[in-house]
Amino acid sequence: MSQGSSLKQYALTRLGLVVPMVFVVLTIVFLLMRVAPGNPVDAALGGHAPQAEINRITKQLGYDKPLYVQYGKYLWDVVRLHLGSTISDRRSVSNIIEVNGAATLELTFFAMLVAIVVGVSVGLISGRFRDSPVDAGGRLFGILVYATPVFFLGLLAQLVFGVWLNWLPTSDQASPITQALLQTHTNILFVDAIIDGNWSALWDVTQHLILPATTLGIVYGGVFIRLIRVNVIRTLKEDYIEAARARGIGERNVVYRHAFRNALVPVVTVIGLQLALLLGGAVLTETTFNWPGLGHYLVLYIENRDYAAVQGITVVIALVIVAVSLLIDFVNAFIDPRVRY
Amino acid sequence: MAASASVRVQRRAIGLRRALAPIAEARGFSRWMLIAGSAITLMFVILAIFAPVLSPYAFDQYQSNGHRFAQLSRPGHGHILGTTVQSTDVLARIVWGAQTELEVVGLALAFGLAIGVPLGLVSGYFGGVLDRGAVFFMDAMFAFPPLLLAIIIAFLLGSSVSSGVLVAALAITIVYVPQYFRVVRNHVISVREEQYVEAARALGAKPFTILRRYVFFNVVQNVPVIATLNAADAVLTLTALGFIGYGVQPTQGAEWGYDVSRAVTDTASGIWWTGLFPGLAIVLLVTGLTLLGEGLNETINPVLRRRAIRQVDFDAPSFDAGAEFYEA
Amino acid sequence: MSDEPVLTVRDLRLWYGTPRGSVRAVDRISLEIGAGETLGLVGESGSGKSTLGRGILGLLPEGARSDGEVLYKGRNLVGASQRELRRLRGPELGLIFQEPMTRLDPLMRIEDQFRETLQQHESKLTNADIRRRSLDTLGRMGIPPTRFRQYPHEFSGGMRQRIMIALALVLRPSLLVADEPTTALDVIVEAQILRILADLKENFGTALLLITHNLGIVAEACDHVAVMYAGQIVEEGPARDVFAEPKHPYTRELLRSTISLDTERLHSIPGAPPNLITPPTGCHFHPRCPDIMRICPVKDPIETRHDGDRRVLCWLHGPEREIPPGGSEPIEQERIAVAEEA
Repeated sequence: MSQGSSLKQYALTRLGLVVPMVFVVLTIVFLLMRVAPGNPVDAALGGHAPQAEINRITKQLGYDKPLYVQYGKYLWDVVRLHLGSTISDRRSVSNIIEVNGAATLELTFFAMLVAIVVGVSVGLISGRFRDSPVDAGGRLFGILVYATPVFFLGLLAQLVFGVWLNWLPTSDQASPITQALLQTHTNILFVDAIIDGNWSALWDVTQHLILPATTLGIVYGGVFIRLIRVNVIRTLKEDYIEAARARGIGERNVVYRHAFRNALVPVVTVIGLQLALLLGGAVLTETTFNWPGLGHYLVLYIENRDYAAVQGITVVIALVIVAVSLLIDFVNAFIDPRVRY
Repeated sequence: MAASASVRVQRRAIGLRRALAPIAEARGFSRWMLIAGSAITLMFVILAIFAPVLSPYAFDQYQSNGHRFAQLSRPGHGHILGTTVQSTDVLARIVWGAQTELEVVGLALAFGLAIGVPLGLVSGYFGGVLDRGAVFFMDAMFAFPPLLLAIIIAFLLGSSVSSGVLVAALAITIVYVPQYFRVVRNHVISVREEQYVEAARALGAKPFTILRRYVFFNVVQNVPVIATLNAADAVLTLTALGFIGYGVQPTQGAEWGYDVSRAVTDTASGIWWTGLFPGLAIVLLVTGLTLLGEGLNETINPVLRRRAIRQVDFDAPSFDAGAEFYEA
Repeated sequence: MSDEPVLTVRDLRLWYGTPRGSVRAVDRISLEIGAGETLGLVGESGSGKSTLGRGILGLLPEGARSDGEVLYKGRNLVGASQRELRRLRGPELGLIFQEPMTRLDPLMRIEDQFRETLQQHESKLTNADIRRRSLDTLGRMGIPPTRFRQYPHEFSGGMRQRIMIALALVLRPSLLVADEPTTALDVIVEAQILRILADLKENFGTALLLITHNLGIVAEACDHVAVMYAGQIVEEGPARDVFAEPKHPYTRELLRSTISLDTERLHSIPGAPPNLITPPTGCHFHPRCPDIMRICPVKDPIETRHDGDRRVLCWLHGPEREIPPGGSEPIEQERIAVAEEA
């Protein structure tokens, strides 16, 4: 039998598989953008720009060249991380990623935290006490929460906590004063406030985070409930659980140490899968709460028909998801020694 | 000949009864879910079909007998759930909205299944390079947030296709085909390795026959569950599209997500009825579909199934051998 | 052999509830195992022997009920609380299972599995003690200390079974139940495991209940054998005597079906094991018995004792006075066309 496992070997193999995947993803984005009817430049400039201007920009962006040439240039640009600029407001895509991407990262991170905490705990309890009223309650909660569109929950949250109770702010990442005073380090305001040691700013940022992050987190936490519950039920039927009981291991240890731990193994994978959904949900949450994130801006650029912007942002989002999946696979291999083979 | 035909019919009937038996035997939460889910879904189906009769007004009606309805009036006489800023009746838009939702989702489901299931079947069964390629492509699709993809596609199609319903349906279809494909394909692969399929192959059955007779029916069992749960998801995607402003346009029909987006500005003034009711409608429909899907899943899936157990009774009379046990 | 048996089972019934009725997996069984003795429990699949093994430790699924007595060192385990049973499982009662591949938590190192087991029952042990005892027991099973910190999936099936046995023995139970311990293993590994089990007597003085469908194993490793059919013990006695001179037709047929190098023609018992929800009337074996008599389908057979320590449940040896006139006449066995679903 082979001794030990090689995390490194596994990592290399997985990395190797990622390259063609990225390739396919980039191609899909390219085709989607080029398939659109009409002249992209004309539309992005608002439809009223003079023909000379349109021609100039078209030439500058290379849209007059044949498709395969454009494809080649596009791939080459992406590899060098030259993501270009938007047509409508002349921002570089890298800048958009830095500033607005950071805002989305902040929101998504805390939302995922909420989702995991809520989802896993309810799921574990539900599975453990299967078919009891607690389980029924947990499952119903999971279903209702999943059925609630994140924008509706956001609206309700704004109504209740913002307007009627007036406890929390309902839009933006931070108040204008905070935004003016905070030094820009990472563009993640939460982190920047900590770096600056500016506690009132931190409090302000946190207040603005609570409603959107909790809303997004609860809605996507519902998926964890279902998964963890089923897993707990399945795990409790496993042979090694019976064997542990045959050795007289106490019920608490059997459930917590053996069943729960094994049941949680796929959680990491699900976090990875959920990320794609979470980013989609972020689009809605950002729009509802006027959060200056990537999703919100993406929608605005789509409305403005700014293809260069849409392409750049979409590529980044897709690549991030692929990268995170990879990371998740590694973490999985680390947790579960069987996976490394 | 006639005899064998009737035997076949009988066998189908028994097979059907056996297939549906788990539903009748369902107990506890699963049973409750099935019943509640079916009832709620049925209610919306009725609303959708009979919208013209059940709705007090048309979906974009803002006046009656020459009098314009009050704007943003509270729930009350004449307008049970209130009116919007455009003077349309909230209840009317909910009823008509049911039609829109079910129309789009039904179309999307039909398209998705028609494309995804055969693709998954063929790809899973025959394997090879084409399968590997298909899987790769589908996996790449999973790298995109489904909503983002739907928005982009809806946006792209919006300029060339006039029917908002069709645009939304197609966008949702494209987003969900990879899911159907993956589920069907995985199931086909596991069934393919089953011994009865191997036996059929050993007997020389043609691949298409095997697919049709063994694999298809086995896989199809899972489809109702997947379809129902996907329908729930599709409604959420559709309303999200509507919220952002794509898919069904306001002039073409009522859409609940769109209504909620209009209501966001209303909440600043404390006006709650324009957003609450369409939102609740979404929650209710999706809950109904999910309960139905989960209920079906629990009853059909043998791993999760719990059948009612007859209690052990040690003192129950066992067989009694009478005195007449042999001929004298 | 000591005077008091380690395990006395009296009139035990273990029935499961199912949607279609109660499964009479164990239907009034009595047996005894003394210290250091090995009792082989033989039966086909579906005879209820695994249920009996688990039932002794109180490991029954939901919907199962028990009745009768299981006396372990004088204490009745039927009706004992789960807490009491848990305290006994491990240090007093051990159970090893059939499928070694899935019986160990895949996320725990072997070291941790031992630590957990030892700490559960002897909480005062120091880490050094735990390590020493675990390695000692593992060593006797042929597992080197260098592999102590490995994960279960790094071991082969045979080694995992040995680890399981070590886990069961590290607490020195007085009774070990082995449920088909070698069925999933190849012949060579099987021989090794059997030798370990046979040595239990010498090394630990453990009483062993060896459950199997393989007569060869029983002949090799067991002092006594009990033959089980449809939830009942149809014959029991010293292994050598029972195999040399089987009294029950089922035992006889089982022996004839065994394949050895001398086998020229395959022999099988017609029919299939019966449905335990509605077992055949009278003697459960009567539909398949070549020596069936008139009384067999009609009246439940009564257990009789022979030659000191042999028991049989069969009208062929049954108490004469219980058989009505004409009951001993043999009848034609009908061809069994369709095997009954077990």
